[in-house]
Amino acid sequence: MKDLLKYLHSYKKESVLAPAFKMLEACFELLIPLVVKQIIDVGIASGDKGYILKMGGVLVGLGLIGLAASLTAQYFAAKAAVGFSTALRNDLFYHINHLSYKEIDQIGTSTLITRMTSDVNQVQTGLNLFLRLFLRSPFIVFGAMIMAFTVDVRSAMVFVVVIPILSIVVFGIMIVSMPLYKKVQRQLDRVLLSTKENLEGVRVIRAFNRQDDEIRKFEGENDLLVGIQVFVGKISALMNPVTYVIINGAILILVWTAGKQVYVGSLTQGAVVALVNYMSQILVELIKLANLIINISKALACAGRIQTVFQETSSISENGKAKNGKTVPGTAKVEFCGVDFCYGGTEEPSLEGISFQAYQGETIGIIGGTGSGKTSLVNLIPRFYDVSKGSVRIDGEDVRDYSLKSLRDKIGVVPQRAVLFAGTLRENMKWGKKEASDEEIYHALDLAQAREFVDSKGEGLELFITQEGKNLSGGQRQRLTIARALVRDPEILIMDDSASALDFATDARLRKAIKEGTKDMTVFLVSQRAATVRNADTIIVLDDGKIAGIGKHRELLRSCDVYREICLSQLSEEEVARDEREE
Amino acid sequence: MKEKNKQTIRRILAYIGKYNIWVMVSLLLAVVTVATTLYAPILIGQGVDLIVAEGNVDFQALFSILQKTAVVICVTGAAQWLMNHINNKITYRVVKDIRTKAFNHLETLPLRYVDSHKHGDLISRIIGDIDQFSEGLLMGFTQLFTGVMTILGTLGFMLSVNPLITLVVVVLTPVSLVVAGFIAKRTFSMFTLQSRTRGELTALVDEMLGNEKVVQAFGQEEEVQKRFEEINERLRQCSLRAIFFSSITNPSTRFVNGLVYAAVGVAGAIAAVGGRLSVGQLSVFLTYANQYTKPFNEISGVVTELQNAIASAARVFELIDEEAELPDDRDAKKLQDAEGRVELDHVWFSYTPDKKLIEDFQLSVEPGQRVAIVGPTGCGKSTVINLLMRFYDVDSGSIRVDGTDIRDMTRRSLRSGYGMVLQETWLKSGTIRENIAYGKPDATEEEIIAAAKKAHAHGFIRRMPQGYDTVISEDGGNLSQGQKQLLCIARVMLNLPPMLILDEATSSIDTRTEIKIQQAFQAMMEGRTSFIVAHRLSTIREADVILVMRDGHIMEQGTHEELLEKGGFYAELYNSQFAIA
Repeated sequence: MKDLLKYLHSYKKESVLAPAFKMLEACFELLIPLVVKQIIDVGIASGDKGYILKMGGVLVGLGLIGLAASLTAQYFAAKAAVGFSTALRNDLFYHINHLSYKEIDQIGTSTLITRMTSDVNQVQTGLNLFLRLFLRSPFIVFGAMIMAFTVDVRSAMVFVVVIPILSIVVFGIMIVSMPLYKKVQRQLDRVLLSTKENLEGVRVIRAFNRQDDEIRKFEGENDLLVGIQVFVGKISALMNPVTYVIINGAILILVWTAGKQVYVGSLTQGAVVALVNYMSQILVELIKLANLIINISKALACAGRIQTVFQETSSISENGKAKNGKTVPGTAKVEFCGVDFCYGGTEEPSLEGISFQAYQGETIGIIGGTGSGKTSLVNLIPRFYDVSKGSVRIDGEDVRDYSLKSLRDKIGVVPQRAVLFAGTLRENMKWGKKEASDEEIYHALDLAQAREFVDSKGEGLELFITQEGKNLSGGQRQRLTIARALVRDPEILIMDDSASALDFATDARLRKAIKEGTKDMTVFLVSQRAATVRNADTIIVLDDGKIAGIGKHRELLRSCDVYREICLSQLSEEEVARDEREE
Repeated sequence: MKEKNKQTIRRILAYIGKYNIWVMVSLLLAVVTVATTLYAPILIGQGVDLIVAEGNVDFQALFSILQKTAVVICVTGAAQWLMNHINNKITYRVVKDIRTKAFNHLETLPLRYVDSHKHGDLISRIIGDIDQFSEGLLMGFTQLFTGVMTILGTLGFMLSVNPLITLVVVVLTPVSLVVAGFIAKRTFSMFTLQSRTRGELTALVDEMLGNEKVVQAFGQEEEVQKRFEEINERLRQCSLRAIFFSSITNPSTRFVNGLVYAAVGVAGAIAAVGGRLSVGQLSVFLTYANQYTKPFNEISGVVTELQNAIASAARVFELIDEEAELPDDRDAKKLQDAEGRVELDHVWFSYTPDKKLIEDFQLSVEPGQRVAIVGPTGCGKSTVINLLMRFYDVDSGSIRVDGTDIRDMTRRSLRSGYGMVLQETWLKSGTIRENIAYGKPDATEEEIIAAAKKAHAHGFIRRMPQGYDTVISEDGGNLSQGQKQLLCIARVMLNLPPMLILDEATSSIDTRTEIKIQQAFQAMMEGRTSFIVAHRLSTIREADVILVMRDGHIMEQGTHEELLEKGGFYAELYNSQFAIA
């Protein structure tokens, strides 16, 4: 939380004024019992109706001033809290946008989204409450005691005893029950897990006839949950009755001791009523304070989680220079020299001893089973991850010597998951190249075999795409993501299994168009389909993170067992593709 | 809709009915609590009245009143606690009953239902909805009844003391409710704007962070940041308005309560001057005036909660009402020591009536034969498994095992007749030992190890930190795909049934493990009727029957040679793909 406080700096004035005005309101609230005392002791005693009305006016006046102070406080608190969270969100978003793939993998996008949204909101709420209440509640509790002292010292001693006892009870119950609530949540998670498991494993459970055991196990978990819930309930149900008994017991003692004081003439009847009123004010505020502490501890937990995101720093260091190195004839466009790579946290390398060269205008096919390292390999080229050993070179220079921008500008990436963004088709295409003209975009759509269906929709580049491109079919999305990468006319094109939803004919046309339309482009084709890579200039066969074979289709069929196995196993897959319905 | 709500409420009441006695006790305690809570200020007021002035305090009477008050206070405290405790108990028990019922029902739902509904939705019904329901129910129990009682009780007490001042309270109190309502209405549009803007921001965050890798690949970080900051700024403005204007509510109602307080104070004092009210009674009125609005606010909160609770309960009941699997016939036979003769006789089946899948399918498998099912992922190979295991029933025709229609035998015995290893390897959370013994919970240590050895899993299990006692995390995350599959094989190995359904590994497994799995499969199939979802040429060639599937249909069937000779679809595939090899 400490580090997050800097976002409050531009709201220093508000963060001081909000609690200050809140305290002012509390002051006026504390005066009310004294006015009532005057009504009883002076007004009623002397039968002066005019005085009573005047004092009634004073009560209304105090209320009005309190209202004004309170509204001012609410405004400043809201302004500070909202301003804080806005600045925090901006920075957090910026920070996340500059994390590398490695950290994003580690934290997970869904977690990042939660941090960005609900966690920040929770902190905002907590801060707002804090600014409003953290001074007010203790102030009223102690203020009531001090006011009691001004009325009568002996009676005030009751306050001195009661306040600590009440605090112990209120906070004690809270401290005991809070971890128990966490336990309830954990047990609920177990019940959830049980349910989830039973849905996912429904076939196996029924195949092994274990339904009855699963029901019994679920009942066990459920019983445990109820047991804890009732236990926590028993404890937190103590809060209201116990505080009630304490406060009212104190009032009894107060009435008794005050009675004695009245008898000897050192106290008036009105003063007794005032003391009773002060006692009642304490309880309400103590409970508010307890709730405030719960809310704040929740907000602090959220703030802590946000803080950990800020502590993640990008593992990709930017110390390269902007370069627009031209293709050097005779030098490989892309070269892997003895590359090892492992994802953070795992010791097993995902890639081991990868070396190869790809020259300008070549098409490189990369094939292998899921988990064999195909995607990892191509992800190293735009430096989404850094190699663990060896180096990746473009035009003879290590990718780490480029600035990220100049490096990634050379490369067009078509990711595995065909993602488009909400907006028009033109906006989406401009992701590839900001200043792309309509002609350039149409050219890219042509190459990507997307022109036909775009034209058929009749809206041209104004075609609206909903979030993630859900209003398009999988094949259409894939072709548009390919077009998006082609718009920038990259030197290197990476297609990561990005034609999987295309039928064979379209896939073939696409590859042909790219081959002919982009003579100088070096193309990496990642695929599980043998047919997609078979015509590549070089095919790299990956197995378990290592190169199992490298060469052309026919050579590999003869020399590489893994490749042959893949080709054979695809008997059926090719079949699908053949008559794959054209969207 | 109203009718449906009524029905839901009636069903909830039926669940609560089981705890009738406790509900009665709780209501009784509520009456006691409210009555004593209201009585205590009156007693204290009487006490104050005894303290008149210097030399005029009736200590004897005061002491007895205070004594009485002390008893009343203790009774209140005890009754309140007991009531809360009983309410907790009733609520959590009722919730448990409903949750257990829902879960038990889940185990009997037909696969057709489980497959066609999102698991997340079913889970949220059993967990989230039931939780929401329990909160509403608990609040209803604790606050609705006591709230109403308190309002009525206060009115009664006040009327009995002084009708005129009661009128002041009754007339002025609604003002605070009106003010709160007025502010709520005015701020509603601000909140809608805030939540819309927040939604916009969340959507952007969702879209961009969800696809952060694409954003970075195209170097769009700055562009996206600009869009984010623009929405964020708009959010700041409308949040400030919404939060501020809604936070007016509390001070305003407090102010109105202050007015009521002042009015009661003045009216009461004037009445006191006229001798119609004592100072003690005035202090009672002041206490009541302070408390009177509280139950109103609480009740309006409870009503919303209860509405949510009923909606949630309705969703849970919907699940419970889903039709269960047709129960086994009472005179259903038990399949015992099956030979493994499987016949499919004029089988018709489809998932939805408008999309025909299996039409008039005939197949007869002799004991010990191997059937290879060939086809691309998603072509409907699992349909065959669904029918054989009777996860789904055929639309017409019949499937017979050892000459008996599988609908005439118990599901339990039919399913024990099959050993099944699927590609989507499901392991439960628990130790490796528990998972291997899943089909035979009473298996001995020797049996478990023997099964693991036969499945070629013993080696890697021994190398795990806790060996057979290693706990497999929720989704089997600490195991590789291949290891998971070996465990699934060991699970079947432990108690090998006469018939097998196997799903051959595709390319997701590294070559070394794949060879082990292949060997394990071979060992299993020895002498057993086997249905294999096949990917490997060797498996296909050696099969006694090959079923070629495509788009859920069975295209052809026969042996490798027969199909080649036939020169149909299979032959075409084979020639185009394997000729090179």
